Amino acid sequence: MSLKLKALTKSLWVFHAACSPCNNCDIEILDVLTPRHDVERFGMVLVGSVRHADVLLVTGVPNYKNTERIKKIYSQTPKPCLVVAVGNCACGRVMFKDSYNSPAALDEIIPVDLYVPGCPPKPEAIIAGVVKLIKKVRGI
Amino acid sequence: MLRLFFNYLIFPGFLFTATMGLLVSWIDRKITARVQWRKGPPWYQNFLDLIKLMQKEIVIPGRKTFTFIISPFLGLISVTLVASMLGKLLINPHTEFIGDLIVVIYLLLIPGIALILGGSSSGNPLGSVGSSREMKLILAYELPSILAVLTVLIKTNGIRLTEIINHQMVYGPNITSISGFIAFLVTLICYQAKLGFVPFDISEAEQEIMGGVLIEYSGLLLGIFKLTRMILLYIMPLWLIILFWSNNLNFVILIWKYFLIFLLVVLIKNTSPRLRIDQALKFFWGPVTILGVIAIVLALLGY
Repeated sequence: MSLKLKALTKSLWVFHAACSPCNNCDIEILDVLTPRHDVERFGMVLVGSVRHADVLLVTGVPNYKNTERIKKIYSQTPKPCLVVAVGNCACGRVMFKDSYNSPAALDEIIPVDLYVPGCPPKPEAIIAGVVKLIKKVRGI
Repeated sequence: MLRLFFNYLIFPGFLFTATMGLLVSWIDRKITARVQWRKGPPWYQNFLDLIKLMQKEIVIPGRKTFTFIISPFLGLISVTLVASMLGKLLINPHTEFIGDLIVVIYLLLIPGIALILGGSSSGNPLGSVGSSREMKLILAYELPSILAVLTVLIKTNGIRLTEIINHQMVYGPNITSISGFIAFLVTLICYQAKLGFVPFDISEAEQEIMGGVLIEYSGLLLGIFKLTRMILLYIMPLWLIILFWSNNLNFVILIWKYFLIFLLVVLIKNTSPRLRIDQALKFFWGPVTILGVIAIVLALLGY
């Protein structure tokens, strides 16, 4: 494994893009950063600006207003950039599928690299998903 | 000439200080994590961060391309110059002229100016908010920090760094006298603001204006800003030791003093909330400036 790839996968900086979620997934994401799970051990940090980010973490169902926004945010992120969909809503918009305000699922708008299902997913599930993503990027 | 280049680029200069800065700011991250009851990243984390940032795409927003690209390098160059000057001075305090007190004060001002230039050339509204805050913060903390340096000049009767160190070696460190101790505290608080650490990280404020001055920076340019911060963090305790505590420059004792001051800085960072810009301005121009004036008066009276 090259140093470049190791550096990328060992220091993932995460930007949290909330596409009208119900806040449960966001609480679980914060749990991943707290002392019990502490993902800063693996170099993962939550950043404030998309320009600093390597991972775009999306929660919630995209609606008419923020479909454009999420596209814009994805184009503003410096590449290489990974997209993680956390929660059932972002994975496949479950019961909001035929809703009047939901034009498309997240993976129909931007390419998604990792799906973490659950309503909300446990912190352990999120960490397990990220491990799979890192293995995929490293090509193991 | 070759020796100067070696000094600037490799030994007390760029390569050495960059490595030390990355390591020292890992210690900062680790202590922060332990204070918050977390485990913290491994020691090579900052190196990996830098390598990762180097391979990322550099996005240049707006039309002021030249200023946007040049400003991070401006900060890095001046900070490296300070680091090599201080390093050379600490290795051999009786060297010929390589740099002076006033040069160091000027050069330490430039990273802040680089941040202002970068933030305002990014064309982002939050970036311009950040750079205006940084401007006010510089106006706020420069006054008391100059007062503290003046106290040192009065006490040691000389304006050259070698004279300051010699005086302390002969007559004891500045920090043991009352005026010296007050000036030390004032400088410590001012450098907390210069480093952009938590009570005074108003210009960056990740939760409030999303990185502020750094909001549009990505890839290598962001990495250089971070590296400048880390080198500044590395030289700050050294600068304080030279001004106030350089009675004994033995290597082991130097490291003890260094980590004592460093720990103080990190603990202040971890145990205080962020101030608003008006509160910071009032704080620096009120109590801290008054403390600085008291230190000068006491130094003139001979305490």
